[in-house]
Amino acid sequence: MSDNNIIDLKNITVEYDGEQVLKGLDLSIRDGEFVTLLGPSGCGKTTTLRIIGGFVEPDSGDVFFDGQRINGVQPYRRQVSTIFQRYALFPHLNVYENIAFGLRVKKVPEKELKVRVREAIELVGLRGFEKRHIDTLSGGQQQRVAIARSLVTRPKVLLLDEPLAALDLKLRKDMQVELKNIQKTLGITFIFVTHDQEEALSMSDTVIVMDKGVIQQIGTPQDIYNEPVNAFVADFIGESNIVDGVMLRDGLVRFAGQSIPCVDKGFEKNEPVDVVIRPEDIDVVEKGKSPLSGTVDSVTFKGVHYEAIVDVDGFKWMIQTTDLIREGEEIGILLNPDDIHVMKKSEYSGMFGDYSSFSDEMDTISQPDYDPEGESLPAEDEE
Amino acid sequence: MKMNAASKIYTALILAFLYLPIAVLIFFSFNEANSTSVFTGFSLQWYRELFADRETLKTLYNTLIIAVLSSAIATVIGTAAAVGIQSLGKWSKKLVMGVTNLPLMNPDIVTGVAMMLLFVFIMGLFGGTEILGFWTILIAHVTFNLPYVILSVNPKLRQLDPHLVEAAQDLGCPGRKAFFKVVLPNIMPGIVTGFIMAFTLSIDDFVISYFVSGPSFQTLPLRIYAMTKRRVEPSINALSTLIFVVVLVLLIIINVRQATDEKKLKKNIISAKNAGTK
Ligand SMILES: Nc1ncnc2c1ncn2[C@@H]1O[C@H](COP(=O)(O)OP(=O)(O)OP(=O)(O)O)[C@@H](O)[C@H]1O
Ligand SMILES: [Mg+2]
Repeated sequence: MSDNNIIDLKNITVEYDGEQVLKGLDLSIRDGEFVTLLGPSGCGKTTTLRIIGGFVEPDSGDVFFDGQRINGVQPYRRQVSTIFQRYALFPHLNVYENIAFGLRVKKVPEKELKVRVREAIELVGLRGFEKRHIDTLSGGQQQRVAIARSLVTRPKVLLLDEPLAALDLKLRKDMQVELKNIQKTLGITFIFVTHDQEEALSMSDTVIVMDKGVIQQIGTPQDIYNEPVNAFVADFIGESNIVDGVMLRDGLVRFAGQSIPCVDKGFEKNEPVDVVIRPEDIDVVEKGKSPLSGTVDSVTFKGVHYEAIVDVDGFKWMIQTTDLIREGEEIGILLNPDDIHVMKKSEYSGMFGDYSSFSDEMDTISQPDYDPEGESLPAEDEE
Repeated sequence: MKMNAASKIYTALILAFLYLPIAVLIFFSFNEANSTSVFTGFSLQWYRELFADRETLKTLYNTLIIAVLSSAIATVIGTAAAVGIQSLGKWSKKLVMGVTNLPLMNPDIVTGVAMMLLFVFIMGLFGGTEILGFWTILIAHVTFNLPYVILSVNPKLRQLDPHLVEAAQDLGCPGRKAFFKVVLPNIMPGIVTGFIMAFTLSIDDFVISYFVSGPSFQTLPLRIYAMTKRRVEPSINALSTLIFVVVLVLLIIINVRQATDEKKLKKNIISAKNAGTK
């Protein structure tokens, strides 16, 4: 990964029918980075990709490629290539000709074309499929053709719009590894769109979390998971208990009726805040051994751990623990200072992070922009 | 499905009603004698006579010229129209398709009379020079062929992945070239079917041609009609038989094309469904 930016978006706004779909997007992507755009359905991920690809012109703002402004440059002149959401393979051509398409258009000499197509075919593991008609291919194979077809033109940036959404779980995991390998081998920039947070965390150098046309947070997967900036990000990435609190002073936060030491600082004295506690960070101890305590409402066995809903001071928390606990039991809840993450209040405060009406199914459906098409990939529980 | 006796008879009757006249016509076209009631022996003499008749051959030539030209023009315009319609918004698309379909329901005689009135009106504007003839027939045929071309190209366009053109552009193809490189080849089956259909209808047409033709230019169906007005000669049987066979062959081609297309489509849908799970 180099230090110079390959793509910069500056204050990008896009409107459809008077509705702002992207609201002043600012974004820089370094050359050779694996970047993921993550967000619920309709948040503007595809639109962002289409702006970089040149298929949508922003209503305002600038697009830069390698430092040069490329607003208005036609897609066919851009050194970026797109893997479309449904692949958009050419039905009248076989696998070989689909992959060769970009080179034929550019009138690359036959000799070089053969070598490059062969290379691309090897890269995606499609040897022996050259003569196959594309509608005789499985989803995974079509996907590979789409990748080879783009890579053969040697783009500097590859845009992938939910390329794995149509594949089953097993194939999806394999392709995740494979895509990551291809990206490392070629060293080109991948901008990858998904609404599967696990996929985003495991594949990316940088994750960009979006909601309602606004970037909520940009950071490494660890940053995003450990230091979410607001309740939306905390809830979208993994499971979170998000409770109301007050920052008494640096290193001390008050919530659930107790003052608890934490590591966060830089807030006003007595500033109202959102406090995030990940279910897997919570230690269950005997009642009385910790100032915090609660009553177990329900327990579900999840294989690796138990998942309990616990009533803490009238607020339902999710706790993941390997200790055996029983419904109705009173337990102590021990939090180390670095298990607690304090966030500034935001428009999302109070909307997420309460498990009072929790069931696996409910959780998925009650997401603000629940996408029925995404049914096959509900947000997975954290291990 | 098993058919009981009654429905078998019923089916036979319907087929008889439909095809008996044509069967009789074909049968007597091979008659030796100059009679439409007594069959005296097999002969090809009426066919020979037909091809010796200069006037008939000329109208055959006219018919073919009109059919080729009108279907070619209708195919080009119709394909362009279908592509344009496809890019319209939802409601304008519905409206335009409705307007396109309307002439299909319109009785030929109404279309024929209307076109004649239009041409005569234009004739009046240009000081009464006789314009009914080749050009008016050509224009009329293009007009009634258009909806059929649009209707056969339209479904092909709808089946197309809307991102194909973008994918081509993405790979370095400028916009218009992308259309010829990826859209045209994929809708070609629909275009060819539309062309054959237009060609068939053009050969077939009598009513509309009747109203917009002049003494200077006759087509084959008009010639047959004129012949029946004089003395019914068995060579008419021969001619009608030939037209019937040509149209039949063309119709079979169209139907086979559409049937294989549907099969392909079904197969694609099934394989697309399986694709995700393989
Ligand atoms: N061509 C268009 N015309 C009108 N509205 C559009 C158009 N394209 C996108 N939108 C709207 O813009 C918003 C963002 O769409 P976009 O496709 O970028 O979302 P997304 O994040 O990719 O969602 P998904 O995960 O469902 O693919 C949506 O509300 C969508 O309805
Ligand atoms: Mg999208």
